[in-house]
Amino acid sequence: MSAVLPALQNLDPELRSGIIECIEHWKDQEGNLIMILHEIQNRHGFVPREASLLLSGETGVPLARIYEVLTFYHYFRLVAQGKHNITVCNGTACYLKGAGRLLAELESRLGIKDNQTTEDRLIHLETVRCVGCCGLSPVVVVDKKTVGKVFPTDMAGIIEGIRNREEKEEDEE
Amino acid sequence: MIIPTVHATINGMKVEVPAGTSILDAARRVQINIPTLCKHRDLLPTAACGLCIVKVGGSRKLPRACATALEEGMDITTHDADLTEVRRTTIELILSNHPNACLTCGRNGSCELQTLAGEFGIRQDCIPRYVRDLPQDCTTGSIVMDFTKCIKCGRCVQVCQEMQNVWALSFLERGINTRMAPAGDIQLNESPCVRCGQCSAHCPTGAIIENDETGAVWEALQDPGKHCTVQVAPSVRVALGEAFGYPPGTDLTGKIYTALRRLGFKAVFDTTFSADLTIVEEASEFVQRFAHGKGEIPLITSCCPAWVDYMEKRFSDFIPNFSTAKSPQQMLGVLAKTYFAEKAGLDPATIYQVSIMPCTAKKWELERTDEMRASGHPDVDIALTTRELARMIKQSGVAFDDLPDGKADSILGTYSGAGLIFGSTGGVMEAALRTAFFQVTGKNLEKEAINIRPIRGLAGIREGTLDIEGTEVRVAVAHGLGNVEKLLLKVRRARENGDPPPYHFIEVMACPGGCIGGGGQPYGVTDEIRLQRIKGLFDGDQSMELRFSHENPEIKQVYSDFLDKPLSEKAHRLLHAHYVSRPAYQR
Repeated sequence: MSAVLPALQNLDPELRSGIIECIEHWKDQEGNLIMILHEIQNRHGFVPREASLLLSGETGVPLARIYEVLTFYHYFRLVAQGKHNITVCNGTACYLKGAGRLLAELESRLGIKDNQTTEDRLIHLETVRCVGCCGLSPVVVVDKKTVGKVFPTDMAGIIEGIRNREEKEEDEE
Repeated sequence: MIIPTVHATINGMKVEVPAGTSILDAARRVQINIPTLCKHRDLLPTAACGLCIVKVGGSRKLPRACATALEEGMDITTHDADLTEVRRTTIELILSNHPNACLTCGRNGSCELQTLAGEFGIRQDCIPRYVRDLPQDCTTGSIVMDFTKCIKCGRCVQVCQEMQNVWALSFLERGINTRMAPAGDIQLNESPCVRCGQCSAHCPTGAIIENDETGAVWEALQDPGKHCTVQVAPSVRVALGEAFGYPPGTDLTGKIYTALRRLGFKAVFDTTFSADLTIVEEASEFVQRFAHGKGEIPLITSCCPAWVDYMEKRFSDFIPNFSTAKSPQQMLGVLAKTYFAEKAGLDPATIYQVSIMPCTAKKWELERTDEMRASGHPDVDIALTTRELARMIKQSGVAFDDLPDGKADSILGTYSGAGLIFGSTGGVMEAALRTAFFQVTGKNLEKEAINIRPIRGLAGIREGTLDIEGTEVRVAVAHGLGNVEKLLLKVRRARENGDPPPYHFIEVMACPGGCIGGGGQPYGVTDEIRLQRIKGLFDGDQSMELRFSHENPEIKQVYSDFLDKPLSEKAHRLLHAHYVSRPAYQR
């Protein structure tokens, strides 16, 4: 029993009811923390701090433990992702075929580092261990679409493609 | 239940231990120390550091002695050339992720890693160093966390989560990036941290140390415009000696007084005096609530600032149960800048009041609420831990061992045995009951009855009853914050069911053992050392003529001269404080 954090008093009602729903669904099952966190991330694309605070309050699992789980698994995100996602595969084959150069090129063109999002929140950049397309290495995945046998010189086009699509959408609206 | 015995050999010596004893503990019984940086005697083994590997005859594996039970017939080798080589490599690996900054480190000379590196004769960096660049966290004002010096042993997280149930620290990330920090990208002062400092008392390196404020005190001592006064807490006198090679529990009150005067303090007060004052106020409060029905029962002690912080964050529904009597540190502070200033004809603005405390949370208590400035000034200007005082004495060139015994000032300096035991778990309760008994019956407890034995000892929760003229007073004592929840839930349940409270009076101290085991005390504490320090205080009490706080002549004098009577309007204004509910996380 302690004073309520202001951030939780003003919590988005939809977020709150969504989390309560998840907790209700999983509450009697062992290992439910990770399942609830999965579901929160699936709904929001990341696990907002407010969600963790609420989860902690509702389940009695200390926030410290929740963050231990969240930061242990590469899968969980603590900040909102960009609207679009560029994933550089850094598996063995891609690594050998120059994934590092692809990443460096993307980092320099986007002005962000691995696992960061551009300031306009348009593009998120990340690396993964292997996407299972070693025959196409080196590979980047752009919004779930795998692009194989790419060179650093292709990166500018990929970024431009995302930006163009975005502008077109805006025009249509 | 009979625990079976297992027989084995360690380095050719026969050992016989109860089943379940770890190889590490079994080896200690035959005077063999297996090195470890993660296993602490207060904590369960985690097998994190990898230094305590041993050979078991017939196996090629090297199990970790801390987490492997000795089994019947095992033939253990703890030290040979192979094991030394593996251990040396492990230390070199740890050093490769540790800054080479021993000379400017807060643990220089008391670091477990530095000691081992020295013992293993490591003379060069064999593995290229990689130290992750992370900023320090100094936000609590009580402890300083330097993540770069962390060796990931996990003791602090175990202490914070399991022993103290505070959950400020957690293991974040993994692998080379693992760090012990509060949940998410927040600072320690935005977390549930209660500044008990037990993490700093258990950390093997300089990753968590007390916030050293000796510089400010030296400066004040050299300032001719400041009249520096000092108070020393009960538990400091039986622990400081460890920093000078004395056995734990040695009562060095007299030498400490002399040392403080030599450092330049113009008046030396004793927090044990104000412990008596806290007892008189708190016992009066108890009698008001218990015998006259004015206020909530159980009354809960509030002299431990880490406990106050914990309660405000986690159990704020108990605020009405909390004693409003300030802690001895704050009571002495306010009297120094009012009563003493008046008597000595000093401008309170020129008094610089330093306290020597076993505790890191006491640094925070100085600014806990505006009530800590009841004199119109900061009642206490700075709180130093026992470790900081040891450092100041050594720095000053005073040969501590050879010092003659001195005396405290004869105002705010005389104490009773009841005040002395304030520094031990159960001591506040025992002292308060002695005075409460007197206040209800008009008579003192006599002879053996003065010693309220059921609430002594080191069990995490202890219960007892005291018969006050036919009325049974039920009391409970908890120490180590991890033991508190159980007790409070019992009280809460009774309250919710409309049942009579299970206890009338509860004492809580945040640190295991109470203040004698405080987070600012000399390093290396174990239950054995805690018991020796406790014995030091209780032996002192036993040997004193004066064993009741209310009989302390200086306490009587301060009431007749200045405060009128316990719980008077003036006493309330100067000696009492209030509590507020606060969120455990600031964001």
